[in-house]
Amino acid sequence: MTTMKLGRRALIATAVATLGLGTPAFAEGHQVVDSIHFLIPGGAGGGWDGTARGVGEALTESGLVGSASYENMSGGGSGTAIGYLIENADSNHGTLMVNSTPIVIRSLTGVFPHNFRDLTLVSGVIGDYAALVVPADSDVDTMEEFLAVYDEDPAGTPIGGGSVPGGMDHLVAAMVMEASGRDALDVNYIAYDAGGTAMAALLSGEIKALSTGLSEAVDLANQGEVKIIGITAEERVDAAPEAQTMMEQGIDTSFVNWRGFFGAPGLPDDKIATYQDALAKMYETEEWEEVRARNGWVNIHNSGDDFLTFLEEQEQTIGDLMRKLGFL
Amino acid sequence: MLEGILIGLQTALSLQNLLVVIGGCLIGTFIGMLPGLGPMSIIAIMIPVAITMGDPSAALILLAGVYYGAIFGGSTSSILLNAPGVAGTVASSFDGYPMARSGKAGKALTIAAISSFAGGTIGAILLVIFAPMLSSVALLFHSAEYFALMIVGLSAIAAFAGPGQVIKALLMTVLGLIMATVGEGALFNLPRFTMGIMDLQSGFGFITLAMAMFALPEAVFLVLKPKNLGDDGGEIKDLRITGAEARAIAPVIGRQSVQGFFIGVLPGAGATIASFLGYAVERNIAPKAEQAEFGKGSVKGLAAPETANNAACTGSFVPLLTLGIPGSGTTAILLGALIALNVTPGPRLMVDEPQIFWAVIMSMFIGNLVLLILNLPLIPYIAKLLAIPRNYLIPFILFFTLMGAYIGQNNATELLILVGFGICGIALKFANYPLPPLLIGFILGGMMEDNFSRSMQLYGGVRFIWERPMTLVLLLIAVALIVLPILQAQRARRVAERAEKN
Repeated sequence: MTTMKLGRRALIATAVATLGLGTPAFAEGHQVVDSIHFLIPGGAGGGWDGTARGVGEALTESGLVGSASYENMSGGGSGTAIGYLIENADSNHGTLMVNSTPIVIRSLTGVFPHNFRDLTLVSGVIGDYAALVVPADSDVDTMEEFLAVYDEDPAGTPIGGGSVPGGMDHLVAAMVMEASGRDALDVNYIAYDAGGTAMAALLSGEIKALSTGLSEAVDLANQGEVKIIGITAEERVDAAPEAQTMMEQGIDTSFVNWRGFFGAPGLPDDKIATYQDALAKMYETEEWEEVRARNGWVNIHNSGDDFLTFLEEQEQTIGDLMRKLGFL
Repeated sequence: MLEGILIGLQTALSLQNLLVVIGGCLIGTFIGMLPGLGPMSIIAIMIPVAITMGDPSAALILLAGVYYGAIFGGSTSSILLNAPGVAGTVASSFDGYPMARSGKAGKALTIAAISSFAGGTIGAILLVIFAPMLSSVALLFHSAEYFALMIVGLSAIAAFAGPGQVIKALLMTVLGLIMATVGEGALFNLPRFTMGIMDLQSGFGFITLAMAMFALPEAVFLVLKPKNLGDDGGEIKDLRITGAEARAIAPVIGRQSVQGFFIGVLPGAGATIASFLGYAVERNIAPKAEQAEFGKGSVKGLAAPETANNAACTGSFVPLLTLGIPGSGTTAILLGALIALNVTPGPRLMVDEPQIFWAVIMSMFIGNLVLLILNLPLIPYIAKLLAIPRNYLIPFILFFTLMGAYIGQNNATELLILVGFGICGIALKFANYPLPPLLIGFILGGMMEDNFSRSMQLYGGVRFIWERPMTLVLLLIAVALIVLPILQAQRARRVAERAEKN
């Protein structure tokens, strides 16, 4: 079974538990942390940048954190920033680095010398499910119909995505096909350098389906350009209530691309606890709800040990799949 | 489309964007006037400013304003000092400077301003007509066609290179292609040629390279080889032109707007070629009596290149906005800036982000109007800025270049790369190697490789070359672009040999 355990209810329970742990002296709406320095491993304007600045905005405007500063340190697909945080661990107790699913993938491929275990896991904050989409005028409406087309000629039914082979979009497509009983190695995955070019290829008929993030898929579906034939959430989502999950179509798989925060190695426990406390309290604020809604993010809160368990499970599933596909 | 135009107008007319377009035109005009600094350097220097604005429409409006402002401003120094600020205005000095020498400087500047305005505005109208048409065709393109289009773009570099420069231009293109292979390609998650250096994993930064190849060498050249400025063309007195002159230049402006625009659309050709070609065509079709006037202060000889270079600037936005392929070094830099802002130019731009697509086009109308208003009454005062000593200016340029390379990435390694490549760029410039082909090769290289490998994967080999008719046609055009100039040169040589024998 290629399931990436999410356990939503468990997460909510954790969130509540973490809230309970918060020192009673800090009443709701009071400052928890003086300041946080956000380290962003990519350039301005990217997904990591948006996450760090959005979280920082909600935290400061709600008064949970006194002030926030941001530093973009791109290079090596976040390898430079991770190396910096490890080498200068002692002077970075006030720093939180944002990262996401690729840290797991790239640690596996050994692109960077480090691994998420070398950092202090603080908290996963948001996530985005994945989706398979086809052009709006396509005859295909469901995964079953798509698989029927696929079975006739797997190589002639290319699936595209905006990530490198072995990257997230490819792994999602492979995971879905594997769970449906096909061989992930038969998937003709075509890589594009950005979501926009992959979308152009879908509409020009070069690829038959596109593997992409759910929030992007919902935007495109609302524009009337694509149909969502399956999403990797465990239950249907509010943003696209008519989009069927893979699970209800008999494909037993789920996947979430998370984004979360990491601290320097050796971060003192009391520091970790206050950061986790601030992030947990953030979900209750109106300021966060505004930032979240504006960006179309899904709250997926994973703190401390739950974060570790979640990442290890994801590492296991992705690792198995990448070994099968020959990337490891 | 009407809806798009309205969205664009709304965006372009917002207070912020109006200020941006005015600011961009002013900066462009000012720096464009200074001999030596081309539009590519000016745009490269302005990129960090544009990126920090965060809003892609505003950023592109600013950079486009700087671009045509520079072409506008370049003509002022061509006319007054016989020292063209940018290559695209060299042809303007042929007749503009003699006019200024004979006490008609004001008249010359007026003709230049009106021709530039008309060229830019008519070009923008043609852009409104042709860009959506090309966009809708391009939506049918597969990776195979994109690959073939990029081959056409690269062949055009050689075809349009100056005499004696063909081999050098090809060498520079290949160097650009080689440099594009460094780092992780979009299609392979393995680092290539990074020598284990983490900072090279995502390849060379485009902005860093653009700064190193244009801004740094040009600034250093200003120090090393101060150009001898011509004599001052004289005081600017009367800005008026007569009715007879207006009647003489009107048809020239009409012809050159269209011709310049289409030359600008061609990959590899730009404002410089358009202005020289425009000048040559107008001289050839002029009546015998007027032909003698060319080069001695003909109003037609000034209006032709001034119209053509501005129309070509606008035309060069067609492949950028509709195909996502830069046709010239300048649009290559604009493409790099767009990618840095997370905007993917291409046929989807008009559909996905109509506010960016149309706002840029609409801002061109506003920009041209701003430049006309700016240039006509203010010219005598702006021209005084030419007297600013270089020893104040050059440190500023160097400062902005270094700061700009750092700000984009916040990574000090970029500075080392910048200086390293800057030295290479200076050496290449000394040896008279053209640098724009390197930049075009660099930016097209990665895209070309991606599209080629995708097509290979989709067709299980190179079958796509003959199985997709459109691809075949484009590749044949590319072959023709390379072969025809060679054949022509051979025939010219044979004719010359025969003439010698006789």
